[in-house]
Amino acid sequence: MEYVIIIISAVFINNIVLARFLGICPFIGVSGKISTAIGMSGAVAFVMTIATLVTYLLQVYILKPFGVTFMQTITFILVIASLVQLVEIIIKKVSPPLYQALGIFLPLITTNCAILGVAILAQQNEYNLMESVVYGIANAIGFGLALILFSGLREHLSLLNVPKQMKGVPIAFIVAGLLAMAFMGFAGIV
Amino acid sequence: MNQWKNFSKGFIKENAVFVLFLGLCPTLGVTSTAVNGLGMGLATTFVLFMANLVISLVKSFIPDKVRIPTFIVVIASFVTIVELVMQAYVPVLFEQLGLFIPLIVVNCLILGRAEAFASKNDLLTSALDGLGMGLGFAFALTLLGAVREILGSGAIFGLKFIPGDAMLLFILPPGAFIALGYLIVIMNRIKKRTT
Repeated sequence: MEYVIIIISAVFINNIVLARFLGICPFIGVSGKISTAIGMSGAVAFVMTIATLVTYLLQVYILKPFGVTFMQTITFILVIASLVQLVEIIIKKVSPPLYQALGIFLPLITTNCAILGVAILAQQNEYNLMESVVYGIANAIGFGLALILFSGLREHLSLLNVPKQMKGVPIAFIVAGLLAMAFMGFAGIV
Repeated sequence: MNQWKNFSKGFIKENAVFVLFLGLCPTLGVTSTAVNGLGMGLATTFVLFMANLVISLVKSFIPDKVRIPTFIVVIASFVTIVELVMQAYVPVLFEQLGLFIPLIVVNCLILGRAEAFASKNDLLTSALDGLGMGLGFAFALTLLGAVREILGSGAIFGLKFIPGDAMLLFILPPGAFIALGYLIVIMNRIKKRTT
């Protein structure tokens, strides 16, 4: 039951993009086409789940026992950066088709603040191992949902007659605002 | 004169938020009031200035292959300093900015300036670039924070001048997206006029 609450609140109520404002750069940057949005969501889901697990283990078994939790930011970002490299190498060896699909998105993920953000949030919420992993997966789903919905909207938007001043990024922000407003309707279901 | 241009480009012509669209997560996340925006902007300015300074100093010793991890370590060290100092001296602001303080590490503006500017230019130029881009970022965050605060709670820098409720939507997440969308349009017009 706790896991269900974690999932619903991370996907709908505190959606990582639309309510917490993490991962806005890919949200605006790669949302031009649905196919690239799906690729990006897949890559983020992969890295976010592993990163949350690894940073949890590091925090509990290394940083806390040695009393160096102030090193959290540096350690986490280094782990995430090397993890992205590792995942890239492994996927390239194990599954070339998957690498073809996700490859170009992987280097961009290091500076995706959603990954570091979720790793830190899982610590702040004091989740245990299983809850942290579930939280990572749920946030990845939330990110994918917001990104794919938004890219669908933007594909339609490109066919519409938008005022010249508003074309491109400004109208995208306003549409994102309306999407965020729609997601506010989920508040209070848990 | 050239150095002045190098410093001032960050405000309008190459503003990180309105023109380059970098560092958008903190821009949207912390600007529910002007004070929060200014605090976040100044913290980022400090990290950007120091990171540009250090990277410009050590750029000739860093092997090309490991330059990105090196930049990240330099940036992360300064972020940790900011984190500890803010926690000690401005605990209220630290609480409100919360998660976005450690997330300065992954602000693409800082890594972007390190990679595109500080690793190619001399010390003074890089330092001025960092200061200018940082203050331009702070300006954008304060402006967005002020707009949201005025529309959302009828106040500016915490001073309330409209009694009663205002458009609460602008304090909530959707208002951040919408206010930034319109601000970009307005800043684009100003940019066209001045150049």
